[in-house]
Amino acid sequence: MYRYDLYDQQMVDARVAEFRDQARRRLEGKLTEDQFKPLRLMNGLYLQLHAYMLRVAIPYGTLSSRQMEALADIADKYDRGYGHFTTRQNIQYNWIRLEDAADALEDLSKVEMHAIQTSGNCIRNISSDHFAGAAHDEVADPRPYAELLRQWSSFHPEFTYLPRKFKIAVIASEKDRAAMRLHDIGIRIVSRDGELGAQFYVGGGMGRTPMIAPLVRDFVPLDQLVTYAEACLRVYNRYGRRDNKYKARIKILVHELGAEEYTRQVEEEFAHLLSVGVEPPREELARIAAFFADPPFAEGARVIDRSDPDFALWVDRNTHRHKHDAYVSAVISLKPVGGIPGDATSEQMRLVARLARDYSFDELRVMHTQNLLLPHVAIADLPALWAELDAAGLGSPNMDTIEDIIACPGLDYCSLANARSIPLAQRISERFAATGRTGELGELKLKISGCINACGHHHAGHIGILGVDKKGTENYQLSLGGSEAEDVALARITGPGFDEDGVIAAVEKVTDVYLAAREQGERFLDTYRRIGMEPFKEALYG
Amino acid sequence: MADARDLGTSPDEVQFRFRDDEPVDHGTVTVDAALEQTNANAVRIEPGDDARALLPFLDRLALVEINFPAFGDGRGYSAARILREAGYAGELRAVGDVLVDQLSHMRRCGFDSFAPDRRLDHEDAKRAFATWNNVYQSAADARRTIAEKRRET
Repeated sequence: MYRYDLYDQQMVDARVAEFRDQARRRLEGKLTEDQFKPLRLMNGLYLQLHAYMLRVAIPYGTLSSRQMEALADIADKYDRGYGHFTTRQNIQYNWIRLEDAADALEDLSKVEMHAIQTSGNCIRNISSDHFAGAAHDEVADPRPYAELLRQWSSFHPEFTYLPRKFKIAVIASEKDRAAMRLHDIGIRIVSRDGELGAQFYVGGGMGRTPMIAPLVRDFVPLDQLVTYAEACLRVYNRYGRRDNKYKARIKILVHELGAEEYTRQVEEEFAHLLSVGVEPPREELARIAAFFADPPFAEGARVIDRSDPDFALWVDRNTHRHKHDAYVSAVISLKPVGGIPGDATSEQMRLVARLARDYSFDELRVMHTQNLLLPHVAIADLPALWAELDAAGLGSPNMDTIEDIIACPGLDYCSLANARSIPLAQRISERFAATGRTGELGELKLKISGCINACGHHHAGHIGILGVDKKGTENYQLSLGGSEAEDVALARITGPGFDEDGVIAAVEKVTDVYLAAREQGERFLDTYRRIGMEPFKEALYG
Repeated sequence: MADARDLGTSPDEVQFRFRDDEPVDHGTVTVDAALEQTNANAVRIEPGDDARALLPFLDRLALVEINFPAFGDGRGYSAARILREAGYAGELRAVGDVLVDQLSHMRRCGFDSFAPDRRLDHEDAKRAFATWNNVYQSAADARRTIAEKRRET
């Protein structure tokens, strides 16, 4: 794992001091709320429906046990004993008092964490494949590149007042487990003729105008990675729309210019910046990469006793193939039936931290699906790990099933929401758990957003649900066929929306259509792609 | 087009200046006007202007003002760096809605004078200029980056 040196620590400490000073000037009336707002936002502090919300960055979703314990302590000290893991691999606290915010940031800084640039019109926390450094199918660990970009993007003097927020994801395998092409910049590390380089996809995003990022550059040499990113950002900073907040994301610029013209401008800027020389020295990447060396894996059992059917089910659903064949990555579901997707209590956080220490070389991950992950678990340890998880109510065997719902905080917390997301997610998981259909349905990604901003990724759901406000009542639009993975696609709306009960019934109906129509080995998404929207519409509205 | 006399800040309005040469004592002209008037030595860049249009004339410019009509519009940061990257060595003045918390980034982008619409608290500004002991990115101020310092130690 990456560790701060004195420089990194100084930067974070300076930021805490700066924020304390800003908060003081706000209280003294030297800053108006309008002036204070972008400053607090750049420190992750939002004003929500009921209180301030603090969003803490978890760079590329990687955490140590000590850091997870600090997150638990913050939940107890400044919040109500729990936190909410987000689709960008961060954690949010929903009940922070403004007076406590600087203290919370200072506590974070003591474990090499921060809330820098987790909101505001700047480059946000950089996300990655949650299996990074563990997956069997990656060409390299993508995290050193993400860390290089984290440092480059932190307090970037030119890109702190962009037209709109800017999200970057870095992956390093053909499989896309980070919704890479639905980011402002998606980077895939690839190998060509034995040399590593970066593919740049630019201009993807969800929100009210979802777009899949086109490929802008097929191969950027890794010693020009920062320079190319800088060129992409400079063209955006200069020409991204600022006249309309809803058209200000880079996807609109790329769309309006066309990918070809945007690329031409980036290439021109890139050539210029190469001559200026903005790339960190080569040794910096090597220095960072050394932190991500493999832990000391040991040979061990590759098969285990699967006689307990509950355990076997959990292994089948919640573990992922590791690059070392005596290990797996183990998903800790934060989706108990009827629970709030992504929520964890401080007690659960501490337990997971201990399990990471005991079974996963002190390391854990936050997944964009709002679950946690132990990246390196010896296969021989799985029974003991599962027993502990199961006893703590963290053993739900539902990764990538219809119970593994992504949901935004919705109208229960968020000041932008039009409808509630959480109760809907709770009821759907309860319904499918009760009918016993979860297993039969296999991989089925259901995603719920409580407004058009799409924080719940509904555009990318095999089944997506969007909550809207219809003449003062909550109404839910259903969409089908989306995917955030390597087979990326945007979901299409089925037709008129439903009320809360209606949309739950509608989800059941579309799963019935799938079960009746599927062919051998087909996932819901495969069947939808083969038979199209019509049979589903017929069942819903016919 | 606005008259040249209507544009620009006077040296009196400059609150912070990090240069020793004599400031230009007259107003600035628009980018369009500068392209036509071969003797103009002071120009004002608005957010929508292309700073690169000035590159053929950099040698004759002594003052470039970059206007920030609203602090949240960050195009001026790119304009500043582009001028410095092209070798512009004259005064680069940030004018308009310039706030304390933008000062350190503006310095890094190459601004060396500041004429905010509303005067800033001197102590707050002093602190703001000194916010960062170290920096991650290479920018127009040519400071050694953290990565470069790491390499040397």
